[in-house]
Amino acid sequence: MRHFDLTAWIGVAWLALAGAAAAFEIEEDTTFAGTGSAQISVLSTTDTQAFAPVIIAFQKDRPDVTVRYVVANSQDVFSAVQDQAAFDLVISSAMDLQLKLANDGFAQGYSSAATTGLPSWAKWRDQLFAFAQEPVVMVLSRAGFDGLPLPRTRADLIRTLRDHPDRFAGRVGTYDPQQSGAGYLFATQDARQSDTSWRLAEVMGGLDPQLFTASGDMIAGVQGGRLDVALNVLGSYAAARLPVGGDGVIVAPQDFTHVLLRTALIPRDAAAPALGQAFLDFLLSEEGQRLIEDETGLPRINEAALAAGPHLRPIRLDPGLLVFVDPLMRQRFLEEWTAAVVQP
Amino acid sequence: MRPAGSIRQRLVLTLLVVAAVLSGLLYLSVRTVADAAVETTQDSILGAATVAIAEELRGGDDGLSVDIPYAAFSMLGATGEDRVFYRILIGEQTVTGYDDLPVPDQAPSGLTPYFYSTAYQDAQVRVGAVTRTVLVDGSQVIVQVLVAQTRTTQDAISRQMANRAAALGLGFFAIAAVLSLLTARSVLQPLQGLAEAMGRRGPQDLRPFERSVPLELTPLTGALNGFIARLRGALSRTETFITEAAHHVRTPLATVRAQAEIALRQTDDDATRATLGRVIRAVDDSARSAGQLLDHATVVYRTDQRSDEVLALGPLITDVAAAFHTTADMRDITIKVDVPHDTIALRFDRLLLESALRNLIDNAIKYSFEDGSIAIALKAEAGQAIITVKDRGRGLGDDSGQRLAGRFQRGANVEDVIGSGLGLTIVRDVARAVGGSFTIRNREGGGTCAILILPLG
Amino acid sequence: MRFLLVEDNHDLGGAVQTRLSLDGHGVDWARSLEEAEDHLATATYDLILLDIMLPDGDGRDFLAAHRRAKRDTPVIVMTARSAVSDRVALLDTGADDYVTKPFDFAELEARVRAVLRRRGGAAQTDVAYADLTFDPLAASVTVGGEARELRNRELRLFEILVAAPDRIFSKGQLCDRLFSAAEAVSDNAIEVYVGRLRKKLEGSQARIETVRGVGYRLTAP
Repeated sequence: MRHFDLTAWIGVAWLALAGAAAAFEIEEDTTFAGTGSAQISVLSTTDTQAFAPVIIAFQKDRPDVTVRYVVANSQDVFSAVQDQAAFDLVISSAMDLQLKLANDGFAQGYSSAATTGLPSWAKWRDQLFAFAQEPVVMVLSRAGFDGLPLPRTRADLIRTLRDHPDRFAGRVGTYDPQQSGAGYLFATQDARQSDTSWRLAEVMGGLDPQLFTASGDMIAGVQGGRLDVALNVLGSYAAARLPVGGDGVIVAPQDFTHVLLRTALIPRDAAAPALGQAFLDFLLSEEGQRLIEDETGLPRINEAALAAGPHLRPIRLDPGLLVFVDPLMRQRFLEEWTAAVVQP
Repeated sequence: MRPAGSIRQRLVLTLLVVAAVLSGLLYLSVRTVADAAVETTQDSILGAATVAIAEELRGGDDGLSVDIPYAAFSMLGATGEDRVFYRILIGEQTVTGYDDLPVPDQAPSGLTPYFYSTAYQDAQVRVGAVTRTVLVDGSQVIVQVLVAQTRTTQDAISRQMANRAAALGLGFFAIAAVLSLLTARSVLQPLQGLAEAMGRRGPQDLRPFERSVPLELTPLTGALNGFIARLRGALSRTETFITEAAHHVRTPLATVRAQAEIALRQTDDDATRATLGRVIRAVDDSARSAGQLLDHATVVYRTDQRSDEVLALGPLITDVAAAFHTTADMRDITIKVDVPHDTIALRFDRLLLESALRNLIDNAIKYSFEDGSIAIALKAEAGQAIITVKDRGRGLGDDSGQRLAGRFQRGANVEDVIGSGLGLTIVRDVARAVGGSFTIRNREGGGTCAILILPLG
Repeated sequence: MRFLLVEDNHDLGGAVQTRLSLDGHGVDWARSLEEAEDHLATATYDLILLDIMLPDGDGRDFLAAHRRAKRDTPVIVMTARSAVSDRVALLDTGADDYVTKPFDFAELEARVRAVLRRRGGAAQTDVAYADLTFDPLAASVTVGGEARELRNRELRLFEILVAAPDRIFSKGQLCDRLFSAAEAVSDNAIEVYVGRLRKKLEGSQARIETVRGVGYRLTAP
C-alpha cells in the first residue's frame, strides 16, 4: 500500500463510529485540516489510506479547504444520501445505487470543462461522473492449474471445472451477492450478459464454493493456497496485491470482462456544493487522474484502453441498472442464484 | 407635392408580411409535426418497455411474479439520459416500483400502451400504461404496469428540431424577401416604363399615348389620353379664340379709323380736324390695348405650351427690327441693329421671344422723338445673351423700371403717347419664362435703356 | 394707281375704298377670292390689298396660287395679327409687305411706295425731272453729278411732288400723306421738311414753289 506523509496532515481516525449524527454506519472518519474556514465533506466507499494522496494533492491547490473524508459501505452510502445527509461529494463503486440516487433526484447537475471532457459512457445526466475504471477479473492459482491450460474464458473454466470436480471441490470462491453490493452488481451483470454465467454458477454450486464479502479476502485465499479460482475480483486490488510472477495470476475473461466504473455525485442537499464541484474537477483533472492511477491504484478513465480490449465491457450507466435495485427483482435474483450456487 | 407612399414599398412590404406569416406557419407546422414525430418515437420506445415488462408477468399459486427485463429499462437510455420511474400495481396496491407515480385517468386496454403526461418528482414525465390480466391464486387479477420517463431528451430533440425549423423558416423568409424584391421590380416594370415614356416626352408633345400597356394600366392611359385631348382642345381653342378675337376686334376698329381718315380729308375746319385726330388716336389706343391684351394672352398661353426650337438670336433680332422699318421711317427714326457674326443660339419658343422683342422695339419707337435713333445690340457674355434696346426718347421720368413693368402701368411722362402699359409686362413675363431677367432704366443724356438677359444653354 | 382691294367686311372695305379714292387712286373692291379672280382676269393692277380671312378661303392660299401662276402684281396683306413670324411667313408665301389692322393710311401709302420702289424693275429706276435724276430705290437726287441722299420724309415728300409736277398740294394734303393721322403735328412741320428738301435741290433748276395761302408745288422753268 501506499505510504503517506504524516507531517502533511493531522489525522484522527474513528473506527466504526456508531449512531451519532448519521443513521448509517461510518467505517472511517478523517479530517484533513486546511488553513481557512471552508470545509468539504466527502462520503466514499474507498478507504482513506488509498485516497489520502489525492486529498493532499487537492489541498495543495486549495490550502484553505478542510477535507472531511468519511468511509462507509456502499449500502450505507446509499442510505445516507437518501436520508439527505449533507455531504458535498459522494464517491461509490456501487454504480447501480449511485444511478438510483441520481434517477430519484438526489444528485445535482454540474458541468465544467473537465466533465465535458469525459467520454459519454463515463457520465450520466451531468449528475454522475466516473473517475476510475477497473476490470472485474478472475484470479487463478498457477499451482492449482498445474498441468492444465489456464482458462481464458468462462466456457473454458466451466469445462475445466466439470472435468475435474474432485480437484477443485471447495477451492473456488466468489462474492456473496447477498452480503456484498459489489458482488451483487457483478453477479447481476453476469446474468444479464449471457447464460454462460448461470451455467458457471451451477457448476460452482456443485463444487461447494466459498463465499466472500471482499476482494481482498479472495486474493488472500488464492495467495494462501486455499483457493484455486477466485471469481469477480476487483482488478485494482488484484494488481496491487499479487506479485508479478507469483502463484496468483490475473485473468480477464476473454468472452467478456466487466469494467467497473467508480462514480462521484454531488448530492442535492450538499452544504458546500461549490467545493464538491472543485474536488470533482480535481479528480477529473490530469493531475487528479494521474494520482488516482499511480497513488490510489485505480486505473484512470481511458477510452483507448477499452478500445484495445474488445472483451472489456464497461458496465453501462443507464436506467437498466435500476432493474436489479428493485426489491422484487433483487429477491427473485437472489433466490435463483442461491438455488444455483448454494446447493443444499 | 410629397408622394403618398410608394407602390414598390407597399408591394414589397405586403409580400414580406405574407412571407413572414408563411414562414411563421411553416415553422409552427414543422415544429408541430417534428414534435409529434419525436413524441411518437419516444412513446413507442416507452410503450415497448412497458409491454416487455407486462409480458413477463406471471401468475401462479404464490402470487404475482414480476420479471423486469434488463433491456426494457436499458433501452430507455438509448435515446438519451432521461430519468426512469415505474410502478406495477394491482388495483390500488403497488406491487413494486415508485408508489406515488400517478395512475392514468382512463384504464388502458390490454397490451396496447396508453400514454399520458403528468408531473412527478419536480419534472414532467411521459407515462406508458399497460394492463394485463393474470391468473393468481386461481382468480383473475388485473395488473397495471406503468413506466415513466422524463422528457429532457425529447425536449432537447424538440429544441433541435425547433432550431432547424426556425432556420428553415428564416431561409424561406430570406428567399421570399429576395423574390419579393424581384417580383416588385417585375410587376412595377410596366408602370416604370410608362412613367419613363411619359417623362421622355417634350413639354409640347401632345400626341395621344399609343403604347400598349397592361390591362390594369389601360384606365390610366385612357384618362391620360383624355386629359391630353382636352388640353389640346383647350389650347387650340385658346389659339382660335385669340385669332378670332384679334380679327373681330381689329376689323371694326379699322373701319372706324378709315372713316375718320376719310372725314379728316373732307374737312378743312381745324376744330373738326382736331376732333377727328383725337378719334383716330382713341382708335389707335384701343387697337394697341387689344393687341397687347391678345399678345399677353398669347404669351401666357404659350408659356405653358412652349414650342421650343433652336433660335439664332442675331437673325431673329434683325427680322423683328426689319418689321418696324417702315413704322420708324414714318417719323425718320433710324434703327441700328448690331449683332455679331457668329451664331448665338438659344433654345426657346420663337413666338414668345418675338413678342418680347417686338414690344421692346415698339416701345422704343413709340417714345422716341422725331429724327431719333434706336440702337439694338446683341452680345454673348458668360453663358448669357444680352439684348439691349436703347433710345434717346422721353425716358422713364421719375418711375423706376420695376413699377413700369407692372401690369397696365404707364410712365409718368407718357400721357400723350398712345399705349397701354402691358408691353413691358409681356417682356418681363417672357424673361421669366426663359429664366432670364429684364431691366429698364433711364439713360445718361436722356432716353431709356432696356436690357433683356437670356441664359444660354 | 389702280388697287385691287380684297376684303369681305362691308364697312371696312367701303371705307378703305373711299379713302384711297380720295387720294386719287382707282380701287376695285372684291368681296371674295372668287370675285378677286374675276377682277384679275379682266384688269391689271398696280397693287393688291389682300385680307387674310375671306368667306371662301384663306388669303394665303390665294397668295400662293397667285405667285405660282407667276403673276407679279405686288401684294400687301392686311391682317389682324401682328406677330413677326406671321409677317415672315406671309413674306415667304409671296406677300410684299403687310399692314396690321387698323392701319394708318399714311403708313399704307409709305409701304406701297416702298414696295413699288423695290419692285421698280429695270424699266423704272431713275426718274428724270428738269436737270436732276431721282433714284427712288437709292433714295437720292443727283444734282449736277452730285448724289444727295434723301431722308425718309424728304423722300416721300419729293415722291409726292415729282409724281405730279406743277400740281399744288396744300399743307393739309401733304400733312395727311407725310404724317400719321394719329400724330400731333405742329403747324410748321411741313415747312421744316419743305425747307430740308429745298436744301437738297439747291443748284438744280427744279424748285419747290410756295403758293401763298394755297400750298406747295414742284416746278421748273
